Amino acid sequence: MISPEHYLMLSLALFTIGVIGVLTRRNVIIILMSIELILNAVNINLVAFSRLYGDVNGQVFAIFIITDAAAEAAVGLGIILAFFRNRETLLADEMDLLKW
Amino acid sequence: MMHLIPPAIVPYVLPVVYALVIVAVLPLMAGYIVLLERKVMADMQARLGPMRVGPHGLLQPIADAVKLLLKEDIVPREADRLMFYVAPLVSVTMALLAYAAMPFGPAFQIADLNVGLLFILAVSSLGIYGIVLGGWASNSHYSLLGALRSAAQLVSYETAAGLGLVSGLLLAGSLSMKDIVQAQADQGVWFILVAPIGFFVYLVGSIAETNRAPFDLPEAESELVAGYMTEYSGFRWSLYFLAEYANMIIVAGIATTLFLGGWLRPFPRIHEHLFGTSVELLDALPSLIFLAIGLYCFRLTPRQPVQIQKFVMAAAGGLCLLLAGAMAASLFAPPTVMQGVHGGFWFMVKVMAYLYAFLWIRFTFPRYRFDQLMRLGWRFLIPLALVNVIGVGTAIVLQQQWGWNPRVTELVTLAATIGVAIWLASEDEKPVAAVVAADGE
Amino acid sequence: MFSQAVFYFFAALAVTSAILMVTRRNIIHGAVFLITTLLATAGIFLQLDAEFLFVVQIILYVGGIMVLFVFVIMLVNLDVSMRLVQFNHQRFVAGALALVLGAQVFLALKVGPGVMPHPAQQIMSPKNTEAVGDALFTHYMLPFEIASILLLVAMIGAVVMAKRRV
Repeated sequence: MISPEHYLMLSLALFTIGVIGVLTRRNVIIILMSIELILNAVNINLVAFSRLYGDVNGQVFAIFIITDAAAEAAVGLGIILAFFRNRETLLADEMDLLKW
Repeated sequence: MMHLIPPAIVPYVLPVVYALVIVAVLPLMAGYIVLLERKVMADMQARLGPMRVGPHGLLQPIADAVKLLLKEDIVPREADRLMFYVAPLVSVTMALLAYAAMPFGPAFQIADLNVGLLFILAVSSLGIYGIVLGGWASNSHYSLLGALRSAAQLVSYETAAGLGLVSGLLLAGSLSMKDIVQAQADQGVWFILVAPIGFFVYLVGSIAETNRAPFDLPEAESELVAGYMTEYSGFRWSLYFLAEYANMIIVAGIATTLFLGGWLRPFPRIHEHLFGTSVELLDALPSLIFLAIGLYCFRLTPRQPVQIQKFVMAAAGGLCLLLAGAMAASLFAPPTVMQGVHGGFWFMVKVMAYLYAFLWIRFTFPRYRFDQLMRLGWRFLIPLALVNVIGVGTAIVLQQQWGWNPRVTELVTLAATIGVAIWLASEDEKPVAAVVAADGE
Repeated sequence: MFSQAVFYFFAALAVTSAILMVTRRNIIHGAVFLITTLLATAGIFLQLDAEFLFVVQIILYVGGIMVLFVFVIMLVNLDVSMRLVQFNHQRFVAGALALVLGAQVFLALKVGPGVMPHPAQQIMSPKNTEAVGDALFTHYMLPFEIASILLLVAMIGAVVMAKRRV
């Protein structure tokens, strides 16, 4: 029987990998993709609990998270494109225009 | 024999058999649809089409398949090897996966999912990756441009097609494919008669989704060589090709299920019987159709110039008569067998009719330029689909909540939607020079 | 037993693809592995009886968001960035953080059986799509409308950001 702990472990694993991706990679697009991975881990968590309590609210919240992820990915990628056109770089270390 | 199978596996045996049948038959069917397309094209252009390979060109698909298998496998030197190998596989896998929820008859369905229609739409939208990754992996300008254009076109028209389907779904009340056909049986009318604009929007959207003319700029030979398929040759190309024709059959199947009554015969609720027997009049139609085709084949036989063509034509006539006899015999079989056989027949007829519409449209209209194509999708089709959804929804609410006459509500909302369509279509396209001048300021 | 095998298959696929995604040098390969992770997540949703969320994940996430990612990756020049160092100097801190996070939740799950109340497994309504639609259009109507305005704002923002000349 698959207990909720199994789903929590899976969600934790994906969340951790996403966090490592965000903190460790230099390429901005991979950072954005790791953020999407974090959001997916949260979704798995929500849906697992929704199944545990027989409540559909968890799934509705997961749908809203997917919607927000879409909006955030669109705007984020637009910003990356605009920045790339100006500075020709995709590395987070080199995006330091505001540093003195 | 069923008692030999351990009980844990019994629910999985029949779906696996159906899946194997579909995977085995589909490539052959795709090949013969290509032959059909070439024959229809020839007929519309007043010529004969393939006649050389086998009588009346009937062995042409087999010759093509053998040639493609034996061709040299060329991989461009700078191509991304992993993506180059994977891209055609993605296209074919997604095209074949969609058959899992397609109802070919009352009993012939691999899996009756509760969200079957959405599943097929989802899997079809995954086919974009085959195109985009293939274009990228080829490391060539034409491929990349063709792939990006093709993907943009697919995404735009997928939205419009989905909204066109929503209007049919409002009438059906469920996402399960079997329930949709059952709803048409219960209401006694094919949904195309109730929501014709939805069918039209889905027809145009599906033509664009499968990259068929007049929306085939990404693969037109005079434009981008062959778009994303430029660097693929031999068996990889045939995988893309198979994916394209499998996609065509899928969209035909969706349109048939949702708008054309699925496996129901025409007039599913008219139960007039034949001379007082237990056979219904309209159920005799399949055998009559086959009888007519068989007699026509026999009539054409003496006119064939070559001996072997005479022989094949007579054999075709004999086959049609045999099928007519089988259809007539199935009328007296147990009801499940009869429904299965007749359901399969009507489903195939409707899918073939829809595919014939595809071929007809291909050889009639000139190709759209890419900006015209995008404008058509975003500025005509999606607003029309939205207005159509509102119209059908209004009609349903007026019928059910307020008890208006169904015919009146349908006609009124249809007239309103057509008015909006005329208004949308009459927006003049700004001439290209004016647009460029405006951008330059 | 079959559902256990399905869960382990999808879980293994998700974790493996995620690890591969954050370690690839080629961004397109990373995007493809994120696609497989998202598909495995959709499989987990299906296994949790959330069939509407399963198709929504595939249509929106894999068929929409990831197509956006792949387009942008293709518009951006990759060759230079593929030869540079991929991981920054925060490697070890990130690893330590991940270990701490993992240990925390792992211990919480192992040590405290009363951490999560286990009500009797409720039976979810077999009509999942209807239930979700019902909840979305009655209880969650306001967040639904706000989400649509959010999408409109995001669309305008993305168009403005990506235009060559405003």
